[in-house]
Amino acid sequence: MLIVFIVLAFVAVGTAVSMLVTRNAIYSALFLVLNFGTVAILYLILGAPFIALSQITVYAGSVVVLFLFVIMLLGAEKLPGGEPLRWQRFLAFPLVILLVADFAVNINRLGGTLALIDLPPRGYGEPVEIGKVLFTQYALPFEITAIILLVAVVGAIVLARPQQAGVSRRDLYKRDTQERK
Amino acid sequence: MNTIPAEYYLILSAILFSLGILGVLLRRNALVVFMSLELMFNAGNLAFITFARMYQTISAQVVVFFVMTVAAAEVAIGLALMVEIFRTKRSIDIDQMNSLKG
Repeated sequence: MLIVFIVLAFVAVGTAVSMLVTRNAIYSALFLVLNFGTVAILYLILGAPFIALSQITVYAGSVVVLFLFVIMLLGAEKLPGGEPLRWQRFLAFPLVILLVADFAVNINRLGGTLALIDLPPRGYGEPVEIGKVLFTQYALPFEITAIILLVAVVGAIVLARPQQAGVSRRDLYKRDTQERK
Repeated sequence: MNTIPAEYYLILSAILFSLGILGVLLRRNALVVFMSLELMFNAGNLAFITFARMYQTISAQVVVFFVMTVAAAEVAIGLALMVEIFRTKRSIDIDQMNSLKG
Protein backbone atom coordinates (compact mmCIF):
# COMPACT_ATOMS: atom_id res chain seq x y z
CA MET A 1 0.00 0.00 0.00
CA LEU A 2 2.90 2.31 0.77
CA ILE A 3 4.27 1.59 -2.68
CA VAL A 4 0.93 2.45 -4.28
CA PHE A 5 0.84 5.68 -2.31
CA ILE A 6 4.38 6.64 -3.29
CA VAL A 7 3.76 5.97 -6.98
CA LEU A 8 0.52 7.96 -6.91
CA ALA A 9 2.16 10.80 -5.03
CA PHE A 10 4.95 11.02 -7.58
CA VAL A 11 2.45 11.01 -10.45
CA ALA A 12 0.38 13.71 -8.75
CA VAL A 13 3.34 15.98 -8.09
CA GLY A 14 4.80 15.32 -11.54
CA THR A 15 1.58 16.17 -13.34
CA ALA A 16 1.16 19.29 -11.21
CA VAL A 17 4.68 20.46 -12.06
CA SER A 18 4.25 19.76 -15.76
CA MET A 19 0.89 21.56 -15.68
CA LEU A 20 2.73 24.65 -14.47
CA VAL A 21 5.72 24.33 -16.75
CA THR A 22 4.12 23.56 -20.10
CA ARG A 23 3.49 26.54 -22.33
CA ASN A 24 0.40 25.16 -24.04
CA ALA A 25 -2.80 25.66 -22.06
CA ILE A 26 -4.42 22.54 -23.53
CA TYR A 27 -1.59 20.36 -22.25
CA SER A 28 -2.03 22.05 -18.88
CA ALA A 29 -5.70 21.06 -18.83
CA LEU A 30 -4.89 17.46 -19.76
CA PHE A 31 -2.21 17.21 -17.06
CA LEU A 32 -4.84 18.54 -14.67
CA VAL A 33 -7.14 15.64 -15.59
CA LEU A 34 -4.38 13.18 -14.77
CA ASN A 35 -3.72 14.93 -11.48
CA PHE A 36 -7.40 14.79 -10.53
CA GLY A 37 -7.47 11.10 -11.44
CA THR A 38 -4.54 10.22 -9.19
CA VAL A 39 -5.97 12.22 -6.32
CA ALA A 40 -9.27 10.38 -6.83
CA ILE A 41 -7.44 7.07 -6.38
CA LEU A 42 -5.90 8.45 -3.20
CA TYR A 43 -9.43 9.23 -2.01
CA LEU A 44 -10.35 5.62 -2.70
CA ILE A 45 -7.43 4.41 -0.57
CA LEU A 46 -8.53 6.79 2.17
CA GLY A 47 -11.99 5.25 2.22
CA ALA A 48 -13.98 7.90 0.40
CA PRO A 49 -15.41 6.17 -2.69
CA PHE A 50 -18.29 8.62 -3.06
CA ILE A 51 -15.97 11.62 -3.02
CA ALA A 52 -13.56 9.86 -5.37
CA LEU A 53 -16.22 9.27 -7.97
CA SER A 54 -17.72 12.73 -7.66
CA GLN A 55 -14.19 14.07 -8.03
CA ILE A 56 -13.92 12.25 -11.34
CA THR A 57 -17.35 13.33 -12.61
CA VAL A 58 -17.26 16.92 -11.37
CA TYR A 59 -13.61 17.86 -11.77
CA ALA A 60 -12.14 15.58 -14.40
CA GLY A 61 -15.48 15.46 -16.21
CA SER A 62 -17.19 18.80 -16.27
CA VAL A 63 -14.72 21.37 -14.98
CA VAL A 64 -11.84 20.38 -17.23
CA VAL A 65 -14.15 19.98 -20.22
CA LEU A 66 -15.34 23.52 -19.54
CA PHE A 67 -11.71 24.64 -19.46
CA LEU A 68 -10.97 22.90 -22.75
CA PHE A 69 -14.05 24.42 -24.36
CA VAL A 70 -13.03 27.91 -23.33
CA ILE A 71 -9.41 27.42 -24.40
CA MET A 72 -10.49 26.25 -27.84
CA LEU A 73 -13.19 28.91 -28.10
CA LEU A 74 -10.74 31.69 -27.39
CA GLY A 75 -7.87 30.14 -29.29
CA ALA A 76 -5.73 30.95 -26.30
CA GLU A 77 -3.42 27.95 -26.24
CA LYS A 78 -0.33 30.08 -26.28
CA LEU A 79 0.19 33.64 -25.28
CA PRO A 80 2.32 35.76 -27.55
CA GLY A 81 5.33 37.40 -25.98
CA GLY A 82 8.10 36.22 -23.79
CA GLU A 83 8.86 35.60 -20.20
CA PRO A 84 6.96 36.84 -17.21
CA LEU A 85 8.42 39.78 -15.36
CA ARG A 86 11.66 38.97 -13.63
CA TRP A 87 10.91 40.62 -10.31
CA GLN A 88 7.80 38.49 -9.97
CA ARG A 89 9.96 35.38 -10.05
CA PHE A 90 12.38 36.76 -7.53
CA LEU A 91 9.48 37.60 -5.27
CA ALA A 92 7.44 34.44 -5.84
CA PHE A 93 10.07 31.81 -5.11
CA PRO A 94 11.12 33.13 -1.67
CA LEU A 95 7.46 33.54 -0.69
CA VAL A 96 6.62 29.98 -1.71
CA ILE A 97 9.72 28.65 0.05
CA LEU A 98 8.55 30.50 3.16
CA LEU A 99 5.16 28.81 2.86
CA VAL A 100 6.72 25.39 2.37
CA ALA A 101 8.90 25.94 5.42
CA ASP A 102 5.79 26.85 7.38
CA PHE A 103 4.05 23.67 6.28
CA ALA A 104 7.15 21.61 7.07
CA VAL A 105 7.48 23.03 10.58
CA ASN A 106 3.83 22.43 11.34
CA ILE A 107 3.70 18.90 9.97
CA ASN A 108 6.96 18.11 11.74
CA ARG A 109 5.48 19.39 14.99
CA LEU A 110 2.46 17.12 14.50
CA GLY A 111 4.71 14.24 13.54
CA GLY A 112 4.20 11.10 15.57
CA THR A 113 0.95 12.29 17.09
CA LEU A 114 -0.98 11.47 13.95
CA ALA A 115 -2.46 8.07 13.33
CA LEU A 116 -1.31 5.42 10.91
CA ILE A 117 -3.83 5.00 8.14
CA ASP A 118 -4.67 1.44 7.21
CA LEU A 119 -7.42 -0.01 5.07
CA PRO A 120 -10.74 1.66 5.86
CA PRO A 121 -13.32 -0.36 7.82
CA ARG A 122 -16.03 -1.97 5.77
CA GLY A 123 -18.87 0.39 4.89
CA TYR A 124 -16.98 3.55 5.82
CA GLY A 125 -17.67 6.42 3.43
CA GLU A 126 -20.35 4.61 1.51
CA PRO A 127 -22.82 6.78 -0.42
CA VAL A 128 -25.56 5.63 1.95
CA GLU A 129 -23.74 6.99 4.98
CA ILE A 130 -22.85 10.25 3.26
CA GLY A 131 -26.45 10.65 2.15
CA LYS A 132 -27.68 10.18 5.70
CA VAL A 133 -25.41 12.89 7.04
CA LEU A 134 -25.96 15.16 4.04
CA PHE A 135 -29.73 15.17 4.24
CA THR A 136 -30.09 15.40 8.01
CA GLN A 137 -27.27 17.30 9.64
CA TYR A 138 -26.30 19.29 6.57
CA ALA A 139 -29.70 19.75 4.91
CA LEU A 140 -29.63 23.55 5.04
CA PRO A 141 -26.11 23.95 3.56
CA PHE A 142 -27.15 21.48 0.88
CA GLU A 143 -30.08 23.69 -0.12
CA ILE A 144 -27.81 26.74 -0.06
CA THR A 145 -25.38 25.11 -2.47
CA ALA A 146 -28.33 24.47 -4.78
CA ILE A 147 -29.07 28.21 -4.77
CA ILE A 148 -25.38 29.02 -5.28
CA LEU A 149 -25.28 26.78 -8.34
CA LEU A 150 -28.46 28.37 -9.72
CA VAL A 151 -27.06 31.88 -9.22
CA ALA A 152 -23.75 30.86 -10.80
CA VAL A 153 -25.43 29.44 -13.88
CA VAL A 154 -27.69 32.49 -14.31
CA GLY A 155 -24.67 34.75 -13.82
CA ALA A 156 -22.63 32.85 -16.38
CA ILE A 157 -25.44 33.14 -18.93
CA VAL A 158 -25.82 36.87 -18.29
CA LEU A 159 -22.07 37.44 -18.60
CA ALA A 160 -21.55 35.37 -21.72
CA ARG A 161 -24.75 36.41 -23.50
CA PRO A 162 -24.26 37.44 -27.12
CA GLN A 163 -24.42 41.18 -27.40
CA GLN A 164 -27.01 43.02 -29.46
CA ALA A 165 -26.24 43.27 -33.13
CA GLY A 166 -23.63 45.90 -33.81
CA VAL A 167 -23.84 47.54 -30.41
CA SER A 168 -21.30 46.53 -27.84
CA ARG A 169 -21.65 47.31 -24.18
CA ARG A 170 -18.61 49.56 -24.46
CA ASP A 171 -20.28 51.72 -27.12
CA LEU A 172 -23.40 51.96 -24.99
CA TYR A 173 -21.25 53.11 -22.11
CA LYS A 174 -19.47 55.71 -24.25
CA ARG A 175 -22.77 57.04 -25.57
CA ASP A 176 -24.07 57.27 -22.04
CA THR A 177 -21.14 59.30 -20.80
CA GLN A 178 -21.26 61.60 -23.81
CA GLU A 179 -24.93 62.27 -23.27
CA ARG A 180 -24.25 63.12 -19.68
CA LYS A 181 -21.70 65.70 -20.76
CA MET B 1 3.33 -3.05 5.28
CA ASN B 2 -0.29 -2.11 5.10
CA THR B 3 -0.33 1.25 6.82
CA ILE B 4 0.64 4.73 5.73
CA PRO B 5 1.43 7.49 8.21
CA ALA B 6 -1.10 10.30 7.94
CA GLU B 7 1.76 12.79 7.66
CA TYR B 8 2.54 11.53 4.17
CA TYR B 9 -0.87 12.58 2.94
CA LEU B 10 -0.51 15.96 4.59
CA ILE B 11 2.93 16.43 3.04
CA LEU B 12 1.55 15.58 -0.40
CA SER B 13 -1.32 17.99 0.15
CA ALA B 14 1.11 20.74 1.20
CA ILE B 15 3.28 20.14 -1.86
CA LEU B 16 0.30 20.31 -4.22
CA PHE B 17 -0.95 23.47 -2.52
CA SER B 18 2.46 25.14 -2.85
CA LEU B 19 2.64 24.21 -6.52
CA GLY B 20 -0.78 25.77 -7.00
CA ILE B 21 0.38 28.99 -5.35
CA LEU B 22 3.49 28.98 -7.52
CA GLY B 23 1.26 28.69 -10.59
CA VAL B 24 -0.94 31.59 -9.49
CA LEU B 25 2.10 33.77 -8.85
CA LEU B 26 4.13 32.94 -11.93
CA ARG B 27 1.91 32.21 -14.91
CA ARG B 28 0.50 34.96 -17.08
CA ASN B 29 -2.19 32.94 -18.83
CA ALA B 30 -5.37 33.57 -16.84
CA LEU B 31 -6.70 30.10 -17.68
CA VAL B 32 -3.62 28.40 -16.22
CA VAL B 33 -3.99 30.57 -13.13
CA PHE B 34 -7.52 29.22 -12.83
CA MET B 35 -6.26 25.65 -13.15
CA SER B 36 -3.74 26.32 -10.39
CA LEU B 37 -6.63 27.48 -8.22
CA GLU B 38 -8.33 24.15 -8.85
CA LEU B 39 -5.11 22.41 -7.84
CA MET B 40 -5.18 24.27 -4.54
CA PHE B 41 -8.82 23.31 -3.95
CA ASN B 42 -7.79 19.74 -4.60
CA ALA B 43 -4.94 19.87 -2.10
CA GLY B 44 -7.26 21.24 0.55
CA ASN B 45 -9.77 18.49 -0.16
CA LEU B 46 -7.04 15.87 0.20
CA ALA B 47 -6.17 17.18 3.66
CA PHE B 48 -9.87 17.17 4.58
CA ILE B 49 -10.29 13.55 3.51
CA THR B 50 -7.14 12.55 5.39
CA PHE B 51 -8.46 14.05 8.60
CA ALA B 52 -11.85 12.47 7.98
CA ARG B 53 -10.15 9.09 7.82
CA MET B 54 -8.01 9.80 10.87
CA TYR B 55 -10.89 10.79 13.11
CA GLN B 56 -13.35 8.33 11.53
CA THR B 57 -15.86 11.09 10.87
CA ILE B 58 -18.04 11.37 7.80
CA SER B 59 -18.72 15.13 8.14
CA ALA B 60 -15.43 16.11 6.52
CA GLN B 61 -16.38 14.16 3.41
CA VAL B 62 -19.63 16.12 3.25
CA VAL B 63 -17.64 19.35 3.54
CA VAL B 64 -15.46 18.23 0.63
CA PHE B 65 -18.61 17.64 -1.38
CA PHE B 66 -19.70 21.23 -0.69
CA VAL B 67 -16.27 22.54 -1.64
CA MET B 68 -16.58 20.70 -4.95
CA THR B 69 -19.96 22.23 -5.76
CA VAL B 70 -18.80 25.72 -4.91
CA ALA B 71 -15.66 25.19 -7.00
CA ALA B 72 -17.80 24.14 -9.96
CA ALA B 73 -19.91 27.29 -9.59
CA GLU B 74 -16.74 29.38 -9.33
CA VAL B 75 -15.35 27.86 -12.52
CA ALA B 76 -18.56 28.58 -14.43
CA ILE B 77 -18.55 32.25 -13.40
CA GLY B 78 -14.79 32.64 -13.83
CA LEU B 79 -14.74 31.25 -17.33
CA ALA B 80 -17.70 33.43 -18.33
CA LEU B 81 -15.74 36.43 -17.07
CA MET B 82 -12.71 35.23 -18.99
CA VAL B 83 -14.70 35.05 -22.23
CA GLU B 84 -16.02 38.55 -21.61
CA ILE B 85 -12.51 39.91 -20.93
CA PHE B 86 -11.28 38.25 -24.10
CA ARG B 87 -14.02 39.98 -26.07
CA THR B 88 -12.97 43.44 -24.99
CA LYS B 89 -9.20 42.97 -24.65
CA ARG B 90 -8.53 40.31 -27.32
CA SER B 91 -6.22 38.58 -24.86
CA ILE B 92 -6.27 36.76 -21.54
CA ASP B 93 -2.82 37.86 -20.51
CA ILE B 94 -3.00 38.93 -16.89
CA ASP B 95 -0.41 41.65 -17.40
CA GLN B 96 -2.75 43.40 -19.82
CA MET B 97 -5.68 43.55 -17.45
CA ASN B 98 -4.48 46.80 -15.95
CA SER B 99 -7.37 49.18 -16.52
CA LEU B 100 -10.85 49.43 -15.13
CA LYS B 101 -13.75 50.60 -17.34
CA GLY B 102 -13.05 47.98 -20.03
